[in-house]
Amino acid sequence: MLEDGSVYEGQAHGDFRETVCEVVFNTSMTGYVEILTDPSYAGQGVVMTYPMIGNYGISREDFESERLQPSAFLVHELCDTPSNFRCTDTIENLLKEFGIPCMSGLDTRAVVKKLRESGTMRGVLTGDISDKDRLMQEIYAYKQEGLVESVSCKAPYVAGKGNTGAKIALYDFGTKRNIVESLASRGCEVTVYPAWTSAETVLSTHPDGVMLSNGPGDPAACVNIIREIRKIYNYGVPTFAICLGHQLTALAVGGETERMKYGHRGANHPVKFLHEDRTYLSSQNHGYMVKAEGLPQNAEVHCVNVNDGTVEGILYHGKPIFTVQFHPEANAGPRDTAFLFDKFLKMAAEGRYDD
Amino acid sequence: MIDKSIKKVMVIGSGPIIIGQAAEFDYAGTQACRSLKEEGIEVVLVNSNPATIMTDGDIADKVYIEPLTIPTLTKIIEKEKPDSLLPTLGGQTGLNLAMELEEKGVLKENGVRLIGINATAIKKAEDRQEFKDTMEKIGEPCIESLVVHDVESAVEFSAKIGYPVIVRPAYTLGGTGGGIADNEEELREICANGLRLSRVTEVLIEKCIAGWKEIEYEVMRDSKGNCITVCNMENLDPVGVHTGDSIVVAPSQTLMDKDYQMLRSAALNIITELGIEGGCNVQFALHPDSFQYAVIEVNPRVSRSSALASKATGYPIARVAAKIALGLGLDEIPNAVTGKTFASFEPALDYCVVKFPKWPFDKFVTAKRTLGTQMKATGEVMAIARSFEAALQKAMHSLEENRKSLLYPEWLEKSLPELEELLENIDNTRIYVVAAAIYNGMALEKIHDITKIDIWFLQKIKVIVDMEKLLSTGCCDRDTLLEAKRLGFTDDVIAKNVGVTEAAIKNLRKMWNIRPSFSVVDTCAAEFAAQTPYYYSDYCVENEVDTTKTRKKIMVLGSGPIRIGQGIEFDYCSVHSIWALKKAGCEAIIVNNNPETVSTDFDVSDKLYFEPLTPEYVTNIVELEQPDGAIVQFGGQTAIKLTKTLNDLGVTILGTDADHVDAAEDRERFDEILEYCDIARPKGQTVFTTEEALAAAHALGYPVLVRPSYVLGGQGMQIAANDDDINEFMGIITRTIPDLSEHPVLVDKYLMGQEVEVDAICDGRDILIPGIMEHVDRAGIHSGDSISVYPAVTLSERVQKTIVDYTKRLASALHVIGMMNIQFIVLHEEVYIIEVNPRSSRTVPYISKVTGIPAISLATRAMLGEKIQDMGYGTGLYPNSGYYAIKLPVFSFEKIIGADTALGPEMKSTGEVLGISQDYNEALLKAFEGGGISLPKDGKIIVTVRDKDKPEICEMLKAFKDSDFRFYATPGTRKALLEAGFQNVKPVNKISGDSPNILDMLSAGDVSLIINTPTHGRLPDRDGFKLRRIAVESGASCLTSLDAARAIMQSAYIVPSDKMSLTDIATLQIKK
Repeated sequence: MLEDGSVYEGQAHGDFRETVCEVVFNTSMTGYVEILTDPSYAGQGVVMTYPMIGNYGISREDFESERLQPSAFLVHELCDTPSNFRCTDTIENLLKEFGIPCMSGLDTRAVVKKLRESGTMRGVLTGDISDKDRLMQEIYAYKQEGLVESVSCKAPYVAGKGNTGAKIALYDFGTKRNIVESLASRGCEVTVYPAWTSAETVLSTHPDGVMLSNGPGDPAACVNIIREIRKIYNYGVPTFAICLGHQLTALAVGGETERMKYGHRGANHPVKFLHEDRTYLSSQNHGYMVKAEGLPQNAEVHCVNVNDGTVEGILYHGKPIFTVQFHPEANAGPRDTAFLFDKFLKMAAEGRYDD
Repeated sequence: MIDKSIKKVMVIGSGPIIIGQAAEFDYAGTQACRSLKEEGIEVVLVNSNPATIMTDGDIADKVYIEPLTIPTLTKIIEKEKPDSLLPTLGGQTGLNLAMELEEKGVLKENGVRLIGINATAIKKAEDRQEFKDTMEKIGEPCIESLVVHDVESAVEFSAKIGYPVIVRPAYTLGGTGGGIADNEEELREICANGLRLSRVTEVLIEKCIAGWKEIEYEVMRDSKGNCITVCNMENLDPVGVHTGDSIVVAPSQTLMDKDYQMLRSAALNIITELGIEGGCNVQFALHPDSFQYAVIEVNPRVSRSSALASKATGYPIARVAAKIALGLGLDEIPNAVTGKTFASFEPALDYCVVKFPKWPFDKFVTAKRTLGTQMKATGEVMAIARSFEAALQKAMHSLEENRKSLLYPEWLEKSLPELEELLENIDNTRIYVVAAAIYNGMALEKIHDITKIDIWFLQKIKVIVDMEKLLSTGCCDRDTLLEAKRLGFTDDVIAKNVGVTEAAIKNLRKMWNIRPSFSVVDTCAAEFAAQTPYYYSDYCVENEVDTTKTRKKIMVLGSGPIRIGQGIEFDYCSVHSIWALKKAGCEAIIVNNNPETVSTDFDVSDKLYFEPLTPEYVTNIVELEQPDGAIVQFGGQTAIKLTKTLNDLGVTILGTDADHVDAAEDRERFDEILEYCDIARPKGQTVFTTEEALAAAHALGYPVLVRPSYVLGGQGMQIAANDDDINEFMGIITRTIPDLSEHPVLVDKYLMGQEVEVDAICDGRDILIPGIMEHVDRAGIHSGDSISVYPAVTLSERVQKTIVDYTKRLASALHVIGMMNIQFIVLHEEVYIIEVNPRSSRTVPYISKVTGIPAISLATRAMLGEKIQDMGYGTGLYPNSGYYAIKLPVFSFEKIIGADTALGPEMKSTGEVLGISQDYNEALLKAFEGGGISLPKDGKIIVTVRDKDKPEICEMLKAFKDSDFRFYATPGTRKALLEAGFQNVKPVNKISGDSPNILDMLSAGDVSLIINTPTHGRLPDRDGFKLRRIAVESGASCLTSLDAARAIMQSAYIVPSDKMSLTDIATLQIKK
């Protein structure tokens, strides 16, 4: 049941129990394992628009974090007879293992159209629809709090240990594994810090660059983190930020973010790089966005979404800092913008943004 | 930004429909031409195929229906002076011609530049070695291979890499001449054939990777370098079966995101390196158990796959490609489906698409049905559903092959070992054999081991099989019924299995509220609101169709997949009817399932239902839409067959009513009408058994024409000369038509006269005949396979008057409203009727074009109640246009191994070309050239005819006594010629005779024409059959009709080879 009272029926799967969540949809046709393990989906019930999910089973190599992150998984059809050479299990078993409730048989297209018109809504997944008033209370009582803290690593760790390339400090707001990998595979030694780490702690290690990760929830709620990012910004260390990190950076310099009607979640979002007049396809997953208005003078919106013109990337002139709303680390999705990691490392090496 | 220097663009079409190059290029070309015109570009179009929509005067500014040859194209370029040539829309034919024009310097001399792709890129993609080098350079793996120009090198290389190997000739379409060789002997044979068919005598020998997954990506790139993939597709049939013959699914189902993105990135790398500005198709082989992959092939142009991808996603590839060629960026071209977003995105599907090939084996009973690297399908269907199971079953239903379920007794009755053996052999029935094997309990792993079909697909087929098993236990509760419908089972199959009537299942569904609903194909998985009304049905989902009636709602039933006898002409008719309806202020709804066609383009109709054209699916649409009327005249037999369904639903059939359609088809009723009209027909009888057929034949006297009633394209029609023939033909007919009591067989006296054909537009009172067409070939050869001439050249004034008069009488007696087609035989100045079809025929597009009469538009208006006399074209026979237009059939025999090329009453051609000129012989010559038959003035001609034709051939050749033709004849024929005083003929032995025989001459490769008339019979054991097959396979033209042979010799003899006029069809049409 959604918060407007509309009810959709289906069959129970996974570790089914009553769950309240924010309902969002993703239009990717492949990559449900990556989506399920993307920490940015914490607290959300993910509707997959592709109707047959689970066709190729699951592969733990493709996990983007240690565990499954969404609160619920909502699909049209769940395949229990998967096939792929790397498939180790069915998605049903995986959902059970990680305690995620799932519903199949859902008219996902109808739900998407509803969300498209009404905007993202909260909803409850339940096996008993008899007491609608109670369910509605549950929905309205639902609040997303401390999401970043819940998905961040709890203690610093190092990836790519012994690598002789750039030393990168990565703030983990719920990072996808492939952000870490993308840096480590480029020869970086990446120290991953919990979200609440102070700027001083990070800067005292003299990193060549700072990476701000993706993560779940409302950026404006992360008051403490924004404060630390402001320090990093002022310090001027080469910084690259993705998704939530991008939003937090904007907030740190006085910009504003707002909740989008139904967000961008999928693997087919065109992003135009204005300097180069080039458009790349990107993977996206965000429900909030940076407003173009209200950014400081030195902030230039250098990437926009071709579909709706929203801000996709900001260059901070005078600082070796650039941030993007989309996911150059892909997984799931196109790898077209992976070159941004190279750009970041070049910036980290030279100490300045090079267009 | 649009490149302002581009003002006039030439577009080359793909020519006649042949296997490997079907209607998809009409769809692509039409869409692209409209896209160019939208941007204010003047478009010059050349295509020899008159049945296309792209050759309409309102699609391009200048339209040339001329032979697609270098001399003709050069002349058109010199005359029209285009600044650019867009070569990527005419399939392999268009691309090859563009390359030749470039290589010969024609483009440079005339200041024409290639847009969309340059010559270097074409070479990089098409030339085997350059392609390999290019792939190596960018690190994209290819299959171990070597380009060779002779057989010995192929043998040597294959010994090194090991058999099996695949042979792929360069610059051929649909994989013509390719094949898999398991040993040296096979290699020698296939390789020699491939070398000959290749334009540059070049083949690629490559390691066989049969059994790998075959995955395709459709990619777009603009001049800024922006790239996207429109969609990817996975072939159910692994590598080894040509993708045109494979069941294809979109998007891929068994690829994880890593696999998907790996191949996507590779496809983008490739299009970037090739520098294509437009669309491109990349085929990959993916190892089933690793990330290892190989690039199989790149098509740097729109293709069959791109048409499929366009329809599967809603993304108009040809339209966008045309705009890119003009210089626009993907991010500047609006997405016409959403109206909000841009072309620089990748469609997200929230459904599954299945493409199923349509094969012509019902026409070629002697043909080998095995599938390999040589494409054999003539067309295809596409189906959309939320589940693979439903999409597969809907596709199967769309084929109209009477296959309603995957399970058939023919295979179910087989034992497991027998099924195993059948599975080893890949043919057109594989999917049914797989289903039977699953039904009979064969382990899926076992089936996978043999077929290499991915387990995922086998599991899904098992779901379908299991459901049918469950239903056959009588189980039919609500959940089961709902699930069965969701899996794509039709009511009749459910009823048959459960053991109740179809009506009972329908009632249960109504009671339980199990109804289909329709969803939108919107390119974006509902993320944005879509503007396009493009629908498919499914169960248990929300209905998205707005059925509000604001104006008259008319439903047009399309013609389904392209097949022999029902080709692109009917799509031409459907589309023109839709346009006429829209113009008349009606809401036009089309139902069709062919992804290659213009009619299924998203912006042609007001509503497009992509559904099977069978009773249940059409009923669903009717119940939802409640149309004010339906048109069945334009969709060939496919639409006609639905008349009863529509009638039962109470839908008004616009035009001739069903009762009169039946009167034209029912033997007895039609005889009554003819008697009433005082019109003669060849005598005949209706029979139900072989005995009756023999009795009828004896009563009428041989030869007789034997055919099943209710046929399409003369299916099963034969001329019988004796009792043996009758026995043989009746055997074949009863095998293909199980119940003769419903569809009896007709036995008619065969009259060897002049065949004449008219199409007429009728309004119930008046008729308008655009023109009378006569056949070059005498009666007995199917009208679709005959050379047809407009206007009639041999008919007397009196006969023509009679024909017009008869047409009027029949139109009136049959109450025809709309189109009708009548075939006559003229013998000794007497006119006989062969048949009347109160519907559109395959000659309508061509006669419309050469006369300038928009026949379908007028017929549609007549159906809506307008009177012909008010339409401005007069009534009766329309005056001659002053041009001769000659329609020549084109065949695809080289693709169908084992098919007899001899022509008879059963249609065999796949397409047609037109020759137009003010001079009859020049029109003939153009038609032959367009059809790929060229006869040099000193060409070598082999003559070998049956005894009864010997006097005639002697008479015929005398006319060419003084020509430079070099005649050869087999002993019997030569003897006759010499005796008749024709001395100029050298001897050659029959194929079975001693060397030097015909085979040696054909091997030498310099035979221009073979004239061979067949003895009767369909069995491939005769010398003539072998000769004709070898001729086809060696690329020599072989004519089995003396009339056709005379025509080509006459035209080649008379017309000076350097003189050729050009006719702009568009001006012909505007003139009216």
